[in-house]
Amino acid sequence: MLVTSSPEVEKSSTDEKMTAPQILTGAEIFLESLVHEGVDTVFGYPGGALISLYDYIFKETRLRHLLVTHEQGGTHAADGYARATGKPGIVLVTSGPGATNTVTGIATAFMDSVPMVVFTGQVPSHMIGNDAFQEADILGITRPITKHSYLATNVDELADIIHKAFHIAVTGRPGPVLVDLPKDMLASKTAYFPATDVELRGYKPTVKGSFKQVRNAAKFLQGAKKPVVYVGGGAILSNAAEEVTEFARKLNAPVTMTLLGLGAFPETDDLSLGMLGMHGTWYANKAVDDCDLLIAVGARFDDRVTGNLEKFSPNSKKMQIDIDPSCIGKNVPVDLPIVGDVKSVLEELNPVVEKCDSDEWLQEIAQWKKDHPLRYAKNENVLKPQQVIEELSIATKGNAIIASDVGQHQMWIAQWYKFTQPRSHLSSGGLGTMGFGVPAALGAQVACPDRTVVGIVGDGGFQMTSMEIATAVRYSIPVKFVILNNGYLGMVRQWQELFFDKRYSNTHLNPSNPDFKKLAESYGAFALQVKTLDELRDAFDKMMAVTDRPVVLDVIVDQQEKVYPMIPANGSFENILEADV
Amino acid sequence: MKHTINLLVENNVGSLLRIAGMFSGRGFNIDSISVGASEEEGLSRMTIVTHGDDEIIEQINKQLNKCINVVKVFDLTGEAFVHRELALIKVQATPVERSEIMQIVEVFRAKIIDLSPTALTVEATGTEDKISAIISMLQPFGLKAVSRTGRIALKREFQGVTV
Ligand SMILES: Cc1ncc(C[n+]2csc(CCOP(=O)(O)OP(=O)(O)O)c2C)c(N)n1
Ligand SMILES: [Mg+2]
Repeated sequence: MLVTSSPEVEKSSTDEKMTAPQILTGAEIFLESLVHEGVDTVFGYPGGALISLYDYIFKETRLRHLLVTHEQGGTHAADGYARATGKPGIVLVTSGPGATNTVTGIATAFMDSVPMVVFTGQVPSHMIGNDAFQEADILGITRPITKHSYLATNVDELADIIHKAFHIAVTGRPGPVLVDLPKDMLASKTAYFPATDVELRGYKPTVKGSFKQVRNAAKFLQGAKKPVVYVGGGAILSNAAEEVTEFARKLNAPVTMTLLGLGAFPETDDLSLGMLGMHGTWYANKAVDDCDLLIAVGARFDDRVTGNLEKFSPNSKKMQIDIDPSCIGKNVPVDLPIVGDVKSVLEELNPVVEKCDSDEWLQEIAQWKKDHPLRYAKNENVLKPQQVIEELSIATKGNAIIASDVGQHQMWIAQWYKFTQPRSHLSSGGLGTMGFGVPAALGAQVACPDRTVVGIVGDGGFQMTSMEIATAVRYSIPVKFVILNNGYLGMVRQWQELFFDKRYSNTHLNPSNPDFKKLAESYGAFALQVKTLDELRDAFDKMMAVTDRPVVLDVIVDQQEKVYPMIPANGSFENILEADV
Repeated sequence: MKHTINLLVENNVGSLLRIAGMFSGRGFNIDSISVGASEEEGLSRMTIVTHGDDEIIEQINKQLNKCINVVKVFDLTGEAFVHRELALIKVQATPVERSEIMQIVEVFRAKIIDLSPTALTVEATGTEDKISAIISMLQPFGLKAVSRTGRIALKREFQGVTV
């Protein structure tokens, strides 16, 4: 709502005391609006442009502000919070360098469609464009990596802009929205009215699938003998795990998931094929290669999934459900597209789905699972990274929230942790951001204090954001970190070994890695170094018992281990490499 | 194939930047882009001329629709539509050459809108082909400056009727 003349408002406020709007500063309206949107946690970092706003935060009791240690960590923490809950993650940073430090976190959230609202301080309106102290054109910098953004120059529009920002962030295909807050606007006053409705003429996402298309889909599915359901992050984002599970069971079709789709269907179910793609299981990739019907559910045929497009699932009819029309048919032609929210579409479709004649196909797949299981060679002298994940999966009964960083360990998590619930596997899939794991785990633990949250990270990526351990100590957050310490930038090393004649250019970390146990202890975390299986099991027990501070396990693992299976970039199923065991 | 896309967008700098940035970020072509007020307050009308194969054009349309401050997208290609371009052409012209230039201007139904002892400025409106033609006719006299608006377009009210 717009208020143009404040004298009138003041007059009316004396007339009708009860309903009179409050006259508030922009900073106060900002906080009122966050409370109005249901925000309970803000990840932030103060600075000159926000100092007056932080004075209000000092007195604010309705929401919690967590001081992070680096703004990039703040954005990943908000991202982890959002992935674990489905609620938008909230970030608040100062102008200039505070704002530019959020760029990687925003891009990470954008690529994986994570709802997030990032508020950046800005120099006073009249100084914008003057190269003022700590000025950065953050709207310009982030335009290609935000779903939308606003500059709030007029305090009268602030409540409305914030409401729109939240609406855009969480609806349709979710994503990060940035709101830039000039310092003078935060200081100026106006009457505050909570914003209730949103008028955005250019934004009307299609949630319900067209009735006709859903009917067509029911027919389209009939007659398949070798169906595969291919589930992506969209199923998690739309909270459709139950509907996906019902769909697959009714159809009697096996389910494979993308990195971001893990958790949408229980991996303990016989119908699960685990992950597909470059480091997917042999049998998931074989099934996709062989199937006669492929149903993409909230998945976008990313190149890490398809490899060589020409040879991807060559014999199948394809159906795709996605809320974003631009994802449909972008890489792979689709015979039956349905634009809509996965949950909403499956709610319509499930009642009319009929069982496929797929028993023979399922038997064939069961045999493949026996002949080509995920596997690795154990070794008495050194822990295998896969073994660490397997042990953790057992120790936590597949019920922990696992945040991952990026590298080999990320793939081993996807392969070896048996996820049974949605929103339990937090991984930077689209952007592949090293440094994501530590703060994302922190954010998830803040969001879910009653769950076990473990950040599993490489020794390289850990060092990109390990300073967030300070944040966990500051707020007594009992988040756990497991470093799979292979002394290398392992994933790059693997490519160098396989495709560059073992020229290990700039991937050996060991000579300079710090003593991670000492590093963690210096922050005040509980830390252990682990080298053997016995020590590992013991360390997991001890780790679970800590409830008042973060835990860091430095687990020394085999430096040579590689991630298999592997379909080299741009290859197809015929190029799959398996572990030599 | 060449496509003419007409957009109604929220009237602010951010809209233009988002749209132009989307084209460059995704490697789509912009042959011309023109923007100005529309019939509705707060909304601008933008005409983009682009080219690409069917899949690219489909992506362009979908990505435009995805922009939050794009209110409407019409791909005019395949429909009946009118389109024009405006050009200002400053030509070197000695007093002796003026009459020859004026003949050319007349043939193209253009106008002379500024005159000096050494140069004159021509205003021409029409299809891109016509504009290019008059420019090439004026070229021999010496072009001092050319400014073209790029195509603006509207759908014809009666489809199938050409005036
Ligand atoms: C910010 C960033 N920089 C570089 C990369 C490229 N990269 C991908 S995996 C990887 C190695 C990661 O090493 P580490 O964290 O030790 O994990 P590991 O592969 O050994 O498990 C690198 C450098 C990246 N993904 N992100
Ligand atoms: Mg490593």
